[in-house]
Amino acid sequence: MTDTVLISLKKVSKIHNEGRPNEVQAVVGIDLDIARGKVTVLRGASGSGKTTLLTVIGCLARPSSGRVALDGRDISGMPERFLTRIRQETFGFVFQGFNLLRGMSALDNIMLPAYPQAPPHRWLRRRALDLLSMLRLEHRADTPVEMLSGGEAQRTAIARALVNDPPILIADEPTANLDTALTREFLGIAETLKAQGKTLILTSHDPRVFEAGMVDHVVTLRDGRVEERR
Amino acid sequence: MNHFFARHLYLVDFTVASLGRRRGRNLGLFAVYVLLVFVLASVSLMTHGLRREAQAILESSPEIVVQRMIAGRNDPVPTGAVAAITGIRGVRAVQGRLWGYYYDAGMRANYTLMVPPDRPVESGAVVIGGGIARLRQLDTGDIVHFMAPDGRIVRFTVSGTLDSASELVSADLVLMNEGDFRAFFGFPADRFTDVVASVRNPREVGTVASKIALALPEARVVTRADMLRTYEALFDWRGGMVAVVLSGAVLAFVILAWDKAAGLSADERREIGVLKAIGWETSDVIAVKFWEGALVSLLAFLAGYVLAYGHVFYFSGALFEPALKGWAILYPRFRLVPEINGQQVATIFFFTVVPYTLATIFPIWRAATIDPDTVMR
Ligand SMILES: Nc1ncnc2c1ncn2[C@@H]1O[C@H](COP(=O)(O)OP(=O)(O)O)[C@@H](O)[C@H]1O
Ligand SMILES: [Mg+2]
Repeated sequence: MTDTVLISLKKVSKIHNEGRPNEVQAVVGIDLDIARGKVTVLRGASGSGKTTLLTVIGCLARPSSGRVALDGRDISGMPERFLTRIRQETFGFVFQGFNLLRGMSALDNIMLPAYPQAPPHRWLRRRALDLLSMLRLEHRADTPVEMLSGGEAQRTAIARALVNDPPILIADEPTANLDTALTREFLGIAETLKAQGKTLILTSHDPRVFEAGMVDHVVTLRDGRVEERR
Repeated sequence: MNHFFARHLYLVDFTVASLGRRRGRNLGLFAVYVLLVFVLASVSLMTHGLRREAQAILESSPEIVVQRMIAGRNDPVPTGAVAAITGIRGVRAVQGRLWGYYYDAGMRANYTLMVPPDRPVESGAVVIGGGIARLRQLDTGDIVHFMAPDGRIVRFTVSGTLDSASELVSADLVLMNEGDFRAFFGFPADRFTDVVASVRNPREVGTVASKIALALPEARVVTRADMLRTYEALFDWRGGMVAVVLSGAVLAFVILAWDKAAGLSADERREIGVLKAIGWETSDVIAVKFWEGALVSLLAFLAGYVLAYGHVFYFSGALFEPALKGWAILYPRFRLVPEINGQQVATIFFFTVVPYTLATIFPIWRAATIDPDTVMR
C-alpha cells in the first residue's frame, strides 16, 4: 500500500496568527493520503481551508501540529532551507492569481524557477519553449505577461510550474476565472500531465472539475475538517 | 565553482531585468547618486590637482626670498643687496628679480609681468602664459598692446607661449626682457622687485635666513617653508568648508538610500514571496538584492566620476571655482593637468558604493521572514 502513497498527513492542524486575537483554526486534525500518479481534488466552500491545506502539502508552510511525510520521509520538522530544496525538486505550483512577474516575458517567467540551479541557458530556453509549445502558446513566448489573456496566463503559470520537471503539480482553484471552453482545455492539460505520470493536487468548488472523469479522489472539507472522501 | 558563476550570471540577469521593470523608481535614486559621486569626485580631483600645482610652484620657487619693507609695505630692493647677501656664509647663489602685476582693464584680468632669469627674451617681444593666450586669443607672431602706468600704449610681439606642466604657475605670466620691463613700469635702474637666494646646505636655510635678516635690517626674509605653510592653510581652510557642505550631502544621500532600501514595496514583497514559493532560496533573493545595489552604485559611480573628470579638467571645475580657489590671484583661468590617483578613486568608491550596497542588502534579511505561503492568498 505504501508504494502508492506519495504524501501522508497525520493529524495535521494549521492555526493562522497563533496566540493573537485574530487567531484562525484553518485546518483541524486532518488525516489524508495522497496517491502517487493520481488526481486528487480538495473540494469545499470558500473559507473551508482548502488553500491552507495545500500550503502544508506543498511545503510552503509548516503545520502547527501533526506530521507530513513525503515518500515516507517525515518533513514536518525540517528547517526552511530543506523545505525550499524539496519545493524546488518536488512541487510545481499554479497559484490562484497565477503570480507571474509583471514586466517580464512569458518565456522569462517560465525559466525563473530554474535560475538557482543554473542549467545551461540554451537547454533551459529550449525546455521552456517546449513547454510553451506543448501548451500551444509558443507564439506568446516574448509577450510581457500582463498582455496575456486569462487562459494564456494560466498556461504560462502551468509551464512555469513544470519547468523543473516536478513529480507533483499543485493548482489552487485553477478554473475559478475560466469559461467552459477554457475549463475543458485546462482539464485536457491535466489529463495529459496525469498520463505523463504526474501527481496532481487541485482545489476547487467547481463541479466541472471534481466531477471530471480523470479525477481519482475528491476530499471534501468543511470548516477545516474532512467531511467526505471518495 | 562553475555552478557558482552560472548561478550568479542568472541572478545578475534577473537583477538587470528587475531594474528595468522598475525604471521610474530607480532612476530618481540613480540621479541623486550620480550627483553625489560627481560632487565628491569633483572636489577630490580639484583639491588634489591644486595641491599638486602648489607643490610644483614650491618646487620651482626659491629657498629664500628677500623683500624690503618700508612702513610695513613692500618696497623695491636696492641692487647693492645682491652683493651683501652673496657675502654671507652658506649662501650659494643670489639673484635680483624683476616682476610686477599688470591689470588688463579690457579683460578685467591680472597678469604677472616678469623678467625671466634663465630665458632671454628679445626687446619688444613677450612670452605669454596659456591663460592669457586663451583669454586674448593670442598666438606666436601676434601683436599685443599693454598700457603702461603713465598712459603710454606699448606694443609687443608675442614670441612664444608657455606650455607648462603646471598652469597654476604660468597661466597669467608675461615674460619680457629687463630693459622693456624697467621702461614699461618706470622701474628705477638701481632696484629689484626682490632678491632670491639659494643655500649650500638645505638644512641651513633657517640659519642663513636669520643671518640675512641681521645683515639687512629693513629686509623681510621668507623661506620656502613659510610659503608651504601659507598654502597648506589656504587649502585646509577651503577643504574644510567643502567637507562641511559634503557631509550634508552624504547624509541626505544616506537617508534617501536607507529609505529606499529599508522599505521593501508591497510589490517587491510579493515578488520575493513568489520567488521563494517557486523554489528560490533566501540566499538567492539576497544575492539579487546585492547585485541590485552593486550594479546601481557601480554605474552611478562610473557616471559620476566621468562627469567630474570632465568638469574639473575640461571645464576648469567651473561649478566650484569660487569655493576652492582664490578669486583674484588665480584669474586668468588655468587648466589643471588631468590626473587620476588610485587612492583618491578608492576613497570615493569606498564612501559611496560600499555603504549603498550594504544598505540595500541589510534590510533584505527581513525578506527571509516573508513566508512563501503569502502568495497563496
Ligand atoms: N494567512 C492567513 N492569516 C489569517 N487567516 C487566514 C490566512 N489564510 C487563511 N486564513 C483563514 O483561514 C480560513 C481558511 O482559509 P483558506 O485556507 O484560504 O480556505 P479556502 O481556500 O477553502 O477558501 C479562512 O477563515 C481564512 O480567513
Ligand atoms: Mg482558497
